[in-house]
Amino acid sequence: MFDYETMRVIWWVITGAVATGFVLTVGFDFGIGALLPFIGRNDVERRVVINTIGPTWDGNQVWLILLGGAIFAVWPAVYATLFSGLYIAMLLVLYTLFFRPVGFDYRSKLESPQWRNAWDWGLFIGGAVPPVLMGVLVGNLLVGLPFHLDGSLRTFYDGSFWGLLTPFPLLCGVIGLLACVFHGAVYLGCRTERPIEQRARRVAAIGGVVLVLLMVLAAAWVILGIPRPEILTMAGPNAPSNPMAKTVDFSGSWLGNFLAHPRLFVAPALAVLGVSAAAALAGSGRSAAAFAASAVGMGGLLWTVGFGLFPFMLISTTDPRSSLTIWDASASHLNLQWSLAITLMFLPIVLLYTRWAYRVIWGKVTAADIAKGDHTLY
Amino acid sequence: MIGEDIVNLSRLQFGLTALYHFLFVPLTLGLAFLLAIMESVYVMTGKEVYKDMTRFWGKLFGINFAMGVTTGITLEFQFGTNWSYYSHYVGDIFGPILASEGLVSFFLESTFVGLFFFGWDRMSRVQHLSVTWLLALGTNTSALWILIANAWMQHPVGTEFNYETLRMELTSFAEVFFNPVAQVKFVHTVAAGYVTGAMFVLGISSWYLLKGRDVGFARRSFSIAAAFGLASVLSVIVLGDESGYTDGEVQKVKLAAIEGAWDTEKPPAAFTVVGFPDQDREETRYAFRIPYVLGLIATRSIDEEVKGLKELRASSLAHIRSGQIAYGALERMRGGDASPAVKADFEQHKADLGFALLLAKYTDRIAGAGEDLVQKAAADTIPSVAPLFWTFRVMVACGFTLLFIFVMAFYYCAVRVADRKRWLLKLAVWSIPLPWIAAETGWFVAEYGRQPWTISGVLPTHLSTSSLSTGDLWFSIAGFAFFYTALLAIELYLMVKYVKLGPSSLHTGRYHFERPAAALSGSAV
Repeated sequence: MFDYETMRVIWWVITGAVATGFVLTVGFDFGIGALLPFIGRNDVERRVVINTIGPTWDGNQVWLILLGGAIFAVWPAVYATLFSGLYIAMLLVLYTLFFRPVGFDYRSKLESPQWRNAWDWGLFIGGAVPPVLMGVLVGNLLVGLPFHLDGSLRTFYDGSFWGLLTPFPLLCGVIGLLACVFHGAVYLGCRTERPIEQRARRVAAIGGVVLVLLMVLAAAWVILGIPRPEILTMAGPNAPSNPMAKTVDFSGSWLGNFLAHPRLFVAPALAVLGVSAAAALAGSGRSAAAFAASAVGMGGLLWTVGFGLFPFMLISTTDPRSSLTIWDASASHLNLQWSLAITLMFLPIVLLYTRWAYRVIWGKVTAADIAKGDHTLY
Repeated sequence: MIGEDIVNLSRLQFGLTALYHFLFVPLTLGLAFLLAIMESVYVMTGKEVYKDMTRFWGKLFGINFAMGVTTGITLEFQFGTNWSYYSHYVGDIFGPILASEGLVSFFLESTFVGLFFFGWDRMSRVQHLSVTWLLALGTNTSALWILIANAWMQHPVGTEFNYETLRMELTSFAEVFFNPVAQVKFVHTVAAGYVTGAMFVLGISSWYLLKGRDVGFARRSFSIAAAFGLASVLSVIVLGDESGYTDGEVQKVKLAAIEGAWDTEKPPAAFTVVGFPDQDREETRYAFRIPYVLGLIATRSIDEEVKGLKELRASSLAHIRSGQIAYGALERMRGGDASPAVKADFEQHKADLGFALLLAKYTDRIAGAGEDLVQKAAADTIPSVAPLFWTFRVMVACGFTLLFIFVMAFYYCAVRVADRKRWLLKLAVWSIPLPWIAAETGWFVAEYGRQPWTISGVLPTHLSTSSLSTGDLWFSIAGFAFFYTALLAIELYLMVKYVKLGPSSLHTGRYHFERPAAALSGSAV
């Protein structure tokens, strides 16, 4: 099979692909959760909104589980450092995710309006807080995190939870939430009828414009205001994974990868064009096309960040040498090969039956459906 | 060195969240199969009552499943948040197994669980039946991956320490996948899940029969649960995972502790039914023993010996001393000494490196640690015997009680008098908690018995944690305590409410609370 260097690049791409799957699917689930109390003005409307994602949100969430699993499997040092370093933030993500499975399943099991209203706010928390925190996390990936490794490669975090909440990551948190709300609104446009559809289209049209402006602002901020690390020396892309065998300084440029390979500019271009097009299409009522454009936009946004960071995965601000890159934080060569084999075998199957599941449940969810399925729907 | 309180709080948190998650998993495993069986009967016979059964027990399945999903994410997060050195040290093996669970199993069960609930009117009968079977397949293969991962912690095969990356790395995926301990654990655990599902359905159906409500529905549910439960409980007992306890160091220690076996006996060893293990005097007092039986169960032979705790501790001593040599060589290699003699020393002793790491609890100078510390570390490899001894017996007692219930239930079903045997119906209702007690004690035996290791013979627990503060841990433990208590109360409330409603909750118009006459008497219930 491929040499170690190639396998590391392949796995960087697959990790990005899994993250894309997560953003494209869980993204709209989060957004719809965040919109729920506002876009649904009575119990029936809220049930319509919930049931647009009721049958599929759980399958979608596996993209998040798989992303965590893939990082654990293939980038164990990244998994160890990120999850333990951002301990409080990760637990807040986890606690707020708790509201979703039980919220979806339990909400409509009792008639009481207080009960249902409480779960609606639970679903709101579960939909709105994780994208904010994940946005903050991405912001901090770019700014860098205060951590270091010791001689036994044990990871130590040198900062605090509050230290994560600096201006640029907070902007990214806003972008994270807005992107999900936008994507969710576009999705709701496909799956609901008036008046919810109309409200969703309005959210998408306005949200898309703001999102584009914020993305451009963030990009300018990154390029002009945030130092970018550069590897000075390292053991080599085929060497065993040991982050301590390199030297790093902050002389790099966020545009470096893009200027070296101008084709990469396609990612930021798609981010801006996709979101703009989706906003326009949603505004004019062409929902399916809007969703496709929105998906392209979300993907473009994610890959723009990835191309900017490559080959860095976690940047250390307190001990730049401890930064983790794809060349020194990967699993063993044999692991990468086996993981690739399993992925190539099963991921296509997953995509096939996911497609089938969506085809089975596809269509507008209406108030009449809720009346008919009063005791079976969420 | 890592503070003892960090290690203890991390263990407490992981233990509690894992045990809590395991309240929901066995029922999911068992009910998924029962749903598939009930729906198969529906598709084959076309009788609506079997569809109603699938849907009603499916509702209860859904209430339980949501909690399984909620508490399952915790565990994936927790290896990274709380056991980061573990994640670095064995992520090369452990990570891909967890990721495979997500890719191969979670996607399957999570995608099809949605179609199970919302696809009834959107696909053909056979399509829906396939969905239900795929849901069951997803939950069961999920257990397979988890038990492969867990078995690897008990008996780490197919792996080797890499001194350049300072971690364990995969050498054979096949060995990890086909780990003999994993196979035994998988069968034992999923069968225990089937028993849980069967007891749940049997107990609740018995309650309807005692009340004389929805008798046709309840009797059919009772029969299916009785047959499925009997087959399952026999599998659990016959394929009890004691037979997996002869592979790997920690498994042998666990077996000896479960048996309160301090001294190695001449084969075949006797089985201690009850007794009082005394850790200080290193003996089990007032032991009532049956000759030969342990040797037969554990080794499946009459001439292999079952090692006693004292001998196992002595062998730990030798491993630790050998591990110190490996550790010393590793330090020299890391310091830049490339001489072949040092490399050869390391290669010869590296299998025992993990044992040297036991010394890290007491000193930073591992290679040069003196005899007193070596003795202490060796003593650590022998667990507290009494908790293992007793929880194991609680598990076995539950198992045999369940066997009795399912034998009787199956027999009376076969002769068609089950609903008149009120003592059995009452016993079944009161026995609903038994499979959970068995599952939780079984899990405790397997994991508490693994101490002082996270990975048997490879990585001690006290080195595995993250570098956190006690404040971090109290924050997270308080959060889990709050959410898990509230969620459990909500879940139980809904479960009891829907159990009491019974199949009337389907609103088909065919069941107890929906009939005019019954509604009158029902108002008195």
